[in-house]
Amino acid sequence: MPISNFINAGDLIRFLPEIILSVAGTLLMVLDPLVNRRSSNLFGTLSLLALIGALFGSVAAYAQAGPAFGGMLSVDGFATFFRMLVIVVGILTVLPSYRFLARQDAETGEYHALLLYSIAGQCVMVSANDLIMIFIGLEISSISSYVLAGYLRDDKRANEAALKYFLLGSFATGFFLYGVALIYGATGTVNLTLARAAITGANSPSPVFIGVAAALMFVGLGFKVSAWPFQMWAPDVYQGAPTPVTAFLSTGPKAATFAIFLRIFMTAFEPIGNGWEPLVWICALLSMTIGNFAALLQSNVKRLLAYSSIAHAGYVLVALTARSDVGTAAAMFYLAAYAFMNIGAFAVISHISGKGERYQNLEDFAGLAQKQPMTAALLTIFLLSLIGVPLTGGFFGKFYIFKAALESHLVWLTVLGLLNSAVAAYYYLRILVMMYMHEPSEAASGAEPLTVGLKAALILPALGTLILGIFPSWVLDFAGKSSSLLK
Amino acid sequence: MTQVPISWFLTLSAVLFALGVAGFLFRRSIITVFMSIELMLNAVNLSFVTFAYEYKQVNGHLFTFFVMVVAAAEAAVGLAIILTVFKNRATLNIDDMDSMKD
Repeated sequence: MPISNFINAGDLIRFLPEIILSVAGTLLMVLDPLVNRRSSNLFGTLSLLALIGALFGSVAAYAQAGPAFGGMLSVDGFATFFRMLVIVVGILTVLPSYRFLARQDAETGEYHALLLYSIAGQCVMVSANDLIMIFIGLEISSISSYVLAGYLRDDKRANEAALKYFLLGSFATGFFLYGVALIYGATGTVNLTLARAAITGANSPSPVFIGVAAALMFVGLGFKVSAWPFQMWAPDVYQGAPTPVTAFLSTGPKAATFAIFLRIFMTAFEPIGNGWEPLVWICALLSMTIGNFAALLQSNVKRLLAYSSIAHAGYVLVALTARSDVGTAAAMFYLAAYAFMNIGAFAVISHISGKGERYQNLEDFAGLAQKQPMTAALLTIFLLSLIGVPLTGGFFGKFYIFKAALESHLVWLTVLGLLNSAVAAYYYLRILVMMYMHEPSEAASGAEPLTVGLKAALILPALGTLILGIFPSWVLDFAGKSSSLLK
Repeated sequence: MTQVPISWFLTLSAVLFALGVAGFLFRRSIITVFMSIELMLNAVNLSFVTFAYEYKQVNGHLFTFFVMVVAAAEAAVGLAIILTVFKNRATLNIDDMDSMKD
C-alpha cells in the first residue's frame, strides 16, 4: 500500500503545532553549540517565535478539525482549547526566563529546547484519542520536565527536586501504563471511542476488570496532578525547581494532565461513572482541605503556592465529580484562569528572589509596595484572583465549578469547597499584608528594576486574569461548545 | 504439547508489578528504587504481549516497543539526574534527600 493511505495533507495540518514545536526544539539544539552562549537572548526569542507559530498552527488545525492518523488523534474544540492553553503557558514561561537565566548564569539553548519539547508532548496528550498516544505524549512532556526541574545542576535543592519529580513521575507512569494494558486486555483496543463501545456493548467485559483499570489510571493521573493522596512530591519539587520552571510545572503539564483525565473519564470510563464518583469526591475534598491547611503553616512563598496548587487541583476535581458537560467546561475555564494567575505570581517571586534564589520567604516581600509599587500591584491582582475575588478570572473559575457541582446535586462538596476557599483567603492575604503594611526588607529594597521583558511577563498574565474576570463569556462560550467530547 | 494457560502469564505480570511497587516503597537506595520502576514497566510489557497473543493482534507487540523506547529515554534522564545528585551530596540514600523540609 502507498504511504498516502496512512498520511495525508489534512492529517499533517491537524498535527501542525506539534510539528512546529518539535522542529523548533531540534533547531535550537543544533544551533546551541554554534552560537556564543553568553551573548544570547537569541534562543529565547527563537522559542517565542516558535510558540507563536504553534499558536497559529493550532488555529489552522482547528479549521481542519476532525480525527487524524486513523483516529489516534482527535483534533476537536477540546484539544484546540488545551493546545492553545499550554502554548500560551509556554509563552508566559519564556518571558520571565530571559532575565532569570541571565541572573543565574545558566545556559539558555537547552532550556528553551526542553521547554518546547515538553509543550509538544502536552499538545500530543491533549489531542490524543488513543491511550498509547496519550502515554507517549505524557512521557515526552514528563521526561523534558524532569530535566527542567533540575536545570540548575549545581543547586542542591534543584537536584533533589528533579530526583523526586523523576522517581514519583515514573512510578505514576507505571500505574497508568498498567491501566492501559488492562483496558487493552479487556476490550482489545486502546482507542477511547472503541473502548467505550466495547464497555457499553453486548459482550461487555467484567466490570471488575474495567474498575481495576480505571483505578490504576486514576492513581497514575492523580500523581501527575498532585491530588490527594498522591500530593507529597509537589511541595518539594515546586520549592526546589527554578522558579520559572515551577510556574510552568504547576500550570502547563497540570492542565494537560487534567485534559486527559477529563477525556478518559468522561468518554471510556463514563459508563462506570457511579463507581468512580465517590472516590473522586473524597480525593477532591481532601486535596482542597489538606492543601489549604498545610499552606497556612508555610513561611516559604514557593512552598506556600505549592500547597495552594494542591488545593486548586482539588477544585478542578470537584468539576470532574460533577460528571457533566457543564462540569467539563467549568474545569477548562478554571485551568485557563489558574494558568494566568499562577504563572504571574511565580514570575513575581522569580523577580524578587534574586541571584541564587535566596529570597523566597514571606518576610522578603515586606514593603514591596513602597519600593516597587507596580510589581506589588500586579502581585495583588494575582493573589486576589487566587482567592477568588470578583472581577478576576479566579472568581468566575470557582463560580462555574461550584455551579456545575450544584447542578449535579453535590451540595455537601460545594459547601465544604466554599468553606475551603475562605480558609485559603487567609494565607494569600498574609502576603498582601506583608507587602503593604511592613517596612521594606533587604530583598524588596535590592530587587532590580523591571526590564521590558519582565514587564511583559508580569503584565500579560495580569491582563489575562482581568479579561477572564470581566469578559468570562469569551472563553466560557468556547469551552462550553467543545466540552461534549467524542464518545 | 500442552500450553501454559494465559492466566499464568497475567498472574506473573501482576506479581512482578507488585514486587516493583514494593521495591519502590521500601528500598532505600535510589538505584534500587529506580530498578523497581523498570521492573514495573517490564511487568506491564509482559501483560501487553500476553494480551496481544491472546487476541492474535500485532498492536500489543508494538506497544511493548513504545514502552521500551520510553523506558530507555527515562533511564538516560534518570541516571543523569542520579549522577548530579551523587556529585553534590556523595550519598544515594533516599532518607538523606530532605533539604527542603521545614
